[in-house]
Amino acid sequence: MIEVRGLVKRFGLKTVLKDLDFQVQAGEFVALLGPNGAGKTTFLRILASLSRPAMGEVRIAGYRLPQQAAAVRHILGVVSHQPLLYGDLTAEENLRFYGKMYGIGAPEKRIGEVLDLVGLSLRRRDLVRTFSRGMQQRLAIGRAVLHDPEVMLFDEPHTGLDQDASVMLDGVLREVAARGRTVVMTSHDLARAGDLASRFDVISRGKVVASVGRAEMPAAKLLDFYRASISIREDAARVSSEQPSSRIRM
Amino acid sequence: MGGEVKIATSPSKAVIRKPTSFYLRTVWAIVWKDLAAELRSRELLTSMLVFALLVILIFNFALELDPRARFNAASGVLWVTFAFAGTLGLNRSMAMEKDRGCLDGLLLAPVDRSAIFFGKALSNLFFMLIVEAIVLPIYSLLYNINLFNPGLIAVVLLGSIGYVAVGTLLASMAVQTRTRDVLLPILLFPIVIPLFIAAVKASAGFLQSLEMSEIWPWLNLLIVYDLIFLAVAFMVFDYVVEE
Repeated sequence: MIEVRGLVKRFGLKTVLKDLDFQVQAGEFVALLGPNGAGKTTFLRILASLSRPAMGEVRIAGYRLPQQAAAVRHILGVVSHQPLLYGDLTAEENLRFYGKMYGIGAPEKRIGEVLDLVGLSLRRRDLVRTFSRGMQQRLAIGRAVLHDPEVMLFDEPHTGLDQDASVMLDGVLREVAARGRTVVMTSHDLARAGDLASRFDVISRGKVVASVGRAEMPAAKLLDFYRASISIREDAARVSSEQPSSRIRM
Repeated sequence: MGGEVKIATSPSKAVIRKPTSFYLRTVWAIVWKDLAAELRSRELLTSMLVFALLVILIFNFALELDPRARFNAASGVLWVTFAFAGTLGLNRSMAMEKDRGCLDGLLLAPVDRSAIFFGKALSNLFFMLIVEAIVLPIYSLLYNINLFNPGLIAVVLLGSIGYVAVGTLLASMAVQTRTRDVLLPILLFPIVIPLFIAAVKASAGFLQSLEMSEIWPWLNLLIVYDLIFLAVAFMVFDYVVEE
C-alpha cells in the first residue's frame, strides 16, 4: 500500500531524511517510533503530500508522489497534533466544509455517521473553539475519516490529551484499524503504540533503522528494542555518517 | 465506524468528475467558510475598518489647513488607507488558516490548489470591498468630495482585485514564516507600486474630471496588472504553499 525507496529530504543545508526506505502492506497498523528530530513528522508530511522530497520514490496505492498527489489525497486521511479545524465554525459546519472539499455526496448522512463515531453528536452545533483539546482531537479524527480513506496517517495524535481523551482516541484508532484501513502513526508513547500497532518501525537520524512485527515483539520488550535500535544508529552515526547495513530486521 | 462507512469517492472517480463544477464548488466552499467564520468572530472586518477610519482621520487633521492640498492628495490618501487596511486583512485571513493548522487541512483536500487560492482571494476581496464601501462615504463627508463616481468605483474595484491577487499569494508565503506580520508589507508594497501609481492616477483623473483619453492608460495598466498577477498566482500557488 505504501512504498518508499531512497527518500531524501533537505531543509537548506540540513538533510532531515537520508535514503529512507519504508513499506507498509494494506491493512497494517505501523507505529513509527523515534526520538525528537528523527524526521518522523517530516516523513509523514511527505506521505501526506504536504512536502516535496528532494530525492527518492514514494508510492501510495500505486500512485506516485508528488506527481499524482491529488489522487493520493483522495485515499488519505491525516490527523496531526493540530486539529486542522476552524474554531469559529461548529463541529457540523467544519465537517460540511471538508465534505465539500472532498466532493462527498449526501454529506449530511455521512456527517451524522462520523459524529456518532467520535461521540460528538450532541455537540454538533457548538463552536469548535468551545471544545476541549480531547474533543477537538476527536473531531479531527472525524474530519480525517469523513471521506472514508484507505490509508490513515496519525502524527502524534495523543499529544496534549488527558488520560480519558487518550483512551477514547485509542478506541477510535482500534475501530479504524479493525475496518481494515492501513494506518501509520508516529508516537513517543511506547506503551500506547505497543497496544495499538501491528508493527513497530524505529526511525533515527532520518532513516528507518529497525522494524519488528507485534508477533515477534512482546509489548514488555518494546522499550528495550527501541533503545537498542536508537543506540545502534547513534553508534553508527559516530563511526560513519552513511552505513546502510545499520538496519535491523527481526 | 458508527454504521456502515462508505467510500465517498474513489481516486478514479475523482479524476473523471466534472472538473469545472467541482472547482467552482471548492472555491465557493472556501468563500462560504471564511464568511461564516467572520460573521461569528468579526475580528477581520472590525480591525480593518477601525484602522482605515483612523488613517482617514489622521490624514484629515494633517491636511486640514490647506483645502487645495487636501483635494490634490485625496486619491493618494484613499489608496494609502486601502493598502494599510488591506494588509491587515490579508495577514489576519491567512493567520486564521495557519493558527490551527487549517492551511494543511485545505492542502490535504484532493482539489486543484489554485481553487484554494481563488477561494481565499475572493473572500479577501469581499472583505476589502465591504471596508471600501463603508470608508468611501465617510471619506466623502470628511474631505467634502463627491466620490460616488462610477469611474472611480471601477478603479477601486480593479485596484482591489490586483491588490488582493498579489496580497493573497504573498500572504500564503509569509504566513509560513515566524515574522509573517512584518514580512507581508515588506514583500507586498514594492510589488504593488505600479498598481498604486495607476490606481491613484486614475482615481485623481476621475475626481478632477479629466478627459477619458488621459485616464485610459492608467485603467489599462490596472487591467493588465490584474490579469498578469491572477495568472501568476494560478500557476505558482501550488509551489508557494508546499514545503
